[in-house]
Amino acid sequence: MSFLKFESLTKKFGDFVAVRDMSLDIEKGEFISLLGPSGCGKTTTLQMVAGLLTPTSGKISLDGKDITETPPNERGLGIVFQTYALFPHMTAIENVSFGLEMRGVAKAERIERASNALEQVKLGQFMNRYPKQMSGGQRQRVALARALVIGPPVLLLDEPLSNLDAKLREEMRLELRILQQDIGVTTVLVTHDQEEALSMSDRIVVMKQGDISQIAAPLELYERPTNTFVSDFVGKTNLLKGEVTDNNQVSVNGIKFEVDTKMHKQGTRIDLSIRPEKFRMSNDKKGQEVRVDASIFLGASWLYSVSSDLGQLFVTQPNTGTAGYSKGDIAWLDWQKGALTLFEEAAS
Amino acid sequence: MSTSQVKKVPYLLTTPGVLFFALLLGAPMVMTFLLSLHSYDFNTGIQTDWTIANYIEVLGDPYFQKIFARTFGLSLLVTVICILIGVPEAYVLSRLSSKWRSIFLLIVLGPLLISVVVRTLGWALFFGGNGVLTMISQALGFGDEPVSLMFTFTGMTIALVHVLVPFMVISVWASLQKIDPQSEDAGLSLGASKMTVLRRITLPQAMPGILSGSIIVFALTASAFATPAIIGGRRLKVVATAAYDEYLSTLNWPLGAAIAVILLLANILIIVSYNKVIERRFANIFE
Ligand SMILES: Nc1ncnc2c1ncn2[C@@H]1O[C@H](COP(=O)(O)OP(=O)(O)OP(=O)(O)O)[C@@H](O)[C@H]1O
Ligand SMILES: [Mg+2]
Repeated sequence: MSFLKFESLTKKFGDFVAVRDMSLDIEKGEFISLLGPSGCGKTTTLQMVAGLLTPTSGKISLDGKDITETPPNERGLGIVFQTYALFPHMTAIENVSFGLEMRGVAKAERIERASNALEQVKLGQFMNRYPKQMSGGQRQRVALARALVIGPPVLLLDEPLSNLDAKLREEMRLELRILQQDIGVTTVLVTHDQEEALSMSDRIVVMKQGDISQIAAPLELYERPTNTFVSDFVGKTNLLKGEVTDNNQVSVNGIKFEVDTKMHKQGTRIDLSIRPEKFRMSNDKKGQEVRVDASIFLGASWLYSVSSDLGQLFVTQPNTGTAGYSKGDIAWLDWQKGALTLFEEAAS
Repeated sequence: MSTSQVKKVPYLLTTPGVLFFALLLGAPMVMTFLLSLHSYDFNTGIQTDWTIANYIEVLGDPYFQKIFARTFGLSLLVTVICILIGVPEAYVLSRLSSKWRSIFLLIVLGPLLISVVVRTLGWALFFGGNGVLTMISQALGFGDEPVSLMFTFTGMTIALVHVLVPFMVISVWASLQKIDPQSEDAGLSLGASKMTVLRRITLPQAMPGILSGSIIVFALTASAFATPAIIGGRRLKVVATAAYDEYLSTLNWPLGAAIAVILLLANILIIVSYNKVIERRFANIFE
């Protein structure tokens, strides 16, 4: 049985539907990400779980109990807000022990548990600092410790890493994931950063304008997106427009190639997606001839922008320690049949 | 332009403003101060000698001591009442939807658009022996005795609170605006009731506004003239009206000047030290 359950959850602001008919089952201990572009209703969903917004219709249940109408201060969930929302007039340890105080924990125990929580997020020596005296990353950890110290059944994270610089963000991803697995707390993370979702989650819920677009595990989502929106939003991809011409064959700009699926009828207009790293780029005159327009060195890999009869394509190739292609070079792109994903063109 | 010329620009630009203030604010103050150092004779007027006798007289005379004590007692009381009224008012304002908020903000600030004298005369009509207050009390059957708050400390306090509460509201409102509403949500999610959130999370964050509002209200009460003059009159003098009387009734200008200088110094002293305490208390917490 699922631990946290949404049934037909809907939230309207006036006529505007922010979240539409959302149903989701989350297992105990699972790390779920709500991923989607700005304004797609991620925060709204999270706030309904937190009890800070009342759903227009639908039901939320936690461990079999309906909590749709439960006020936020009786849900006992741990929340890390996008702005961290630390109490500026309290020190780190006062912030963390606030939730324990509200639960009537005696002062000595409170202090001990709060300091342990701060140690756990490696802030042992910053306990008596005010939020203003701490860096963004340190504040983020205080917020995390404050949410976790109350031993919540569910941890809700609203873009907790978006205010950190790139390097710190990557470190925190890993730390957060390890911490979550150690504690085993069921976690819902809201993010618009696909890398974050891919690297941390057990399952990802991709949202688009209030609807669920796809639910899948990270690898599955990346390799087998079920629509163009997901394939474009999760990871980089090249989207080509074409038509099914024959069994197992599509044509793009008059160029035909083999594909795997037989599900599409002849004559269907389709979108074709191929990830930049699925290409093999070489000089051996096999596959599609392309001209390099731009070449960017990224350390671990090269990113090329190339033009061909198929159109403009992005290509990534691993850095093997030798010089890559440069602007103006001619090269050939080859790929496996399974690297292509096909979507029937949305009827729009 | 050479660098030395560039450096002069800011000074040159501020010169007109500095001159303006030096002339209109600085000069009268210096003159008042100088005046307070002369002695006064009832037959021959202001003398040309230099003395601090006026200060000794003001500070030593129980009559003036009482006036000073009354003034600062009044300031303190008005400040406390303004906090008690203004803080909840500002909080409610900050919770209203934006349409209602602008309407109520206008109502709160409305009194500031009316001259202090006119407003105070209104209170005088209300408080007077055959004023509205008496009529109400008689109508409610509290006897036929006229009820008057004219020339009372209570009357003065009420009228001053009415005049000064908007300053407290604006100041608290400004600091409530700066609070991250998510910090209140965070409090709720950690298990605090709405009342506890208000007391432990919202109010402490509004503290800078309450404190700066207190400074404004205190300073304005301590130097208020029109309201104490009309409601308190001669019977209940405060420092400002006492100085006025020395000037215009007794014609002892040097003594009046000494009173004014002492009021100014006391006000500055209180406000600066209060501000220091606040800064030290909140330096690490708010920017
Ligand atoms: N109180 C509100 N009144 C009206 N519309 C709202 C309200 N709150 C949110 N919305 C709208 O609902 C939609 C979803 O908002 P939400 O905050 O959930 O977006 P989000 O997915 O979290 O985006 P972001 O990544 O930018 O935080 C937005 O289009 C927003 O304009
Ligand atoms: Mg959001």
